Amino acid sequence: MSDPPPPTSSVEAPTPEHLTGLYRQMRLIRRLEEEAARAYAQGKIGGFLHLYIGQEAVAVGACAALQPTDYVVTTYRDHGVAIAKGMSARAMMAELYGKRTGCSSGLGGSMHMFDAKTNMLGGHGIVGAHIPLAAGAAFASKYRADGRVTLCFYGEGAVSIGGFHEGVSLAALWKLPIVFICENNEYSMGTPLSRSMSVEDTSLKALGYGVERDRFFADDVSLVEQRIGAAVRRAREESQPTVIEVRTYRFRGHSMSDPARYRTATEVEDHKVRDPLLRAHQALVAAVGAERVTSLDAEVEAEVADAVQFAEDSPEPDASLLEPTTYTGPFAA
Amino acid sequence: MRTLRYREALREAMIEEMERDDRVFLMGEEVGHYQGAYKVSEGMLERFGPRRVIDTPIAESGFAGIGVGAAMVGLRPIIEFMTWNFSAVAFDQILNGAAKVRQMSGGQFSCPIVFRGPNGSARQVGSQHSHSMEHFYATVPGLKVVAPSTPADAKGLMKAAIRDDNPVLFMESETLYSVKGEVPDDLDALEIGKASVVRAGQHCTIVTYSRMTHLALEAATTLAAEGIEVEIVDLRSLRPLDEDTVVRSVKKTHRCVVVHEGWPYGGVGAEVADRVQRLAFDWLDAPILRVTQLDVPMPYNARLEQEVLPQPERIVATVKRVVTRGRG
Repeated sequence: MSDPPPPTSSVEAPTPEHLTGLYRQMRLIRRLEEEAARAYAQGKIGGFLHLYIGQEAVAVGACAALQPTDYVVTTYRDHGVAIAKGMSARAMMAELYGKRTGCSSGLGGSMHMFDAKTNMLGGHGIVGAHIPLAAGAAFASKYRADGRVTLCFYGEGAVSIGGFHEGVSLAALWKLPIVFICENNEYSMGTPLSRSMSVEDTSLKALGYGVERDRFFADDVSLVEQRIGAAVRRAREESQPTVIEVRTYRFRGHSMSDPARYRTATEVEDHKVRDPLLRAHQALVAAVGAERVTSLDAEVEAEVADAVQFAEDSPEPDASLLEPTTYTGPFAA
Repeated sequence: MRTLRYREALREAMIEEMERDDRVFLMGEEVGHYQGAYKVSEGMLERFGPRRVIDTPIAESGFAGIGVGAAMVGLRPIIEFMTWNFSAVAFDQILNGAAKVRQMSGGQFSCPIVFRGPNGSARQVGSQHSHSMEHFYATVPGLKVVAPSTPADAKGLMKAAIRDDNPVLFMESETLYSVKGEVPDDLDALEIGKASVVRAGQHCTIVTYSRMTHLALEAATTLAAEGIEVEIVDLRSLRPLDEDTVVRSVKKTHRCVVVHEGWPYGGVGAEVADRVQRLAFDWLDAPILRVTQLDVPMPYNARLEQEVLPQPERIVATVKRVVTRGRG
């Protein structure tokens, strides 16, 4: 079966200001992730670290189609999504450092970025389990008729687990205002899609649930914004879910401990040629000139350096934080 | 004061809380059109409509997760499991979602949700439908677990569970649903975490909860005829656990037997035994013994099922062992 055709409605060309915003966020995510990798190698960040490098256009394009009050839920590869939803670089880096000033007070870490202010409902660590949870946020929006939309990101590896199917099935049954976004980066940890699923296109799963689907490459962040935007409108205006597969690629291993020996250097280099950040850079240079982009990059560098310094200087969380974050209100075990 | 059945008391609590708070809704298999698999939610669909009494397909993991997400953003779901046995396929949503969201978000998001349904053995429903799931859940920080034995406690604790800002797992019992009891007209929410001394006595404390409270009372009558007066502590809440009431009773009787459904390995009985020996060691005149289900999956055969489950006779015999020890 071929990919669904693009939406027929005409889309206005993005303004230079809008392109600037998209590029800046992508650049910010890329540089934050690179600094996170460096800090991890220095032993300043512990546990697992799943980098978003290469996939930036997905989160940035998708979140650009949202209102601030809309909800976002994602997996453990969550830093980029949190930043795209509007969370601060400081809150992200401090969380990776396990500091009190982190978005989750240093209690969540890399996989659990939550930010109530920007309606970032978390990075979740169990593959597929967050998909019903995201449907629950959308259920609440429909229950309250608050007009909000929920975006739910997941990897193609999640499409084989029950949580995906129960989440999409119930969202379809109850017509919830949600967009399911598969970030198909071709590898479920070390296993390529060809060895983990009987079909190549995860959006085909939509057919069984009777919902709309879409599928496209994430090379161009503006295209991601347009295509996700159409699904967001369907969710907001018609309260109908959509299942989307965005084809992307992660340039680093699954996590920092993964040397990615299951793919060739040539394959990675081939994908780097179509790096969406590079493409956004070229588009922006054409729109606003190289000088403006250079100064924008300098701004991003300053923001990243500030975030790292902030994380370095911030205090550790105190053990007094543990009980009040386990239960709301008084509790005697 | 009125006499209500356990299921009616639960229904009243849900109706009253749904009437005072639009954020509260009931979701689960057969809760609406079918009127509830055990008729707990009878009439609620007609009263509140399909927006707030929501039938689900058989997808426990899915609708448990929907409950968690809805609770995170401010609703107050009541999620019914047709039985707690089926919560096993939603265990991850409770363990990694409901219980963890608050801590892993640094306290930014709470999860005010009630999971409820019948727990423990029914009658000859076999090994997969006879689980006492409270023992699994009571180990998890972030959750509260309650298991009332009477209609009044069922109503008061259900109201408290719905108003609680934390996930509360509410363990009912198929064999308790038709039990009648007096319920005060003006009963409001009871405090979660308070045990109740349902019988006073001086020779031995029986710590129990849910359906086993009724069996312990039966055993107490038999024992009283032989001059042994037991004090029965109905825990009502398993997490938090009211160790003060348990310890106060044991300091008075100097002996303790714990009675519950579910297996003997670990579990609520082991937890109570640990606390009593730590907090009342010098008051104990005998080892703490437990009366539990036998350490096997539940058999279908009626006679064998009764043999596996705790019985008044086994409670009586165990109390006698504890009471006679040290009396030469």
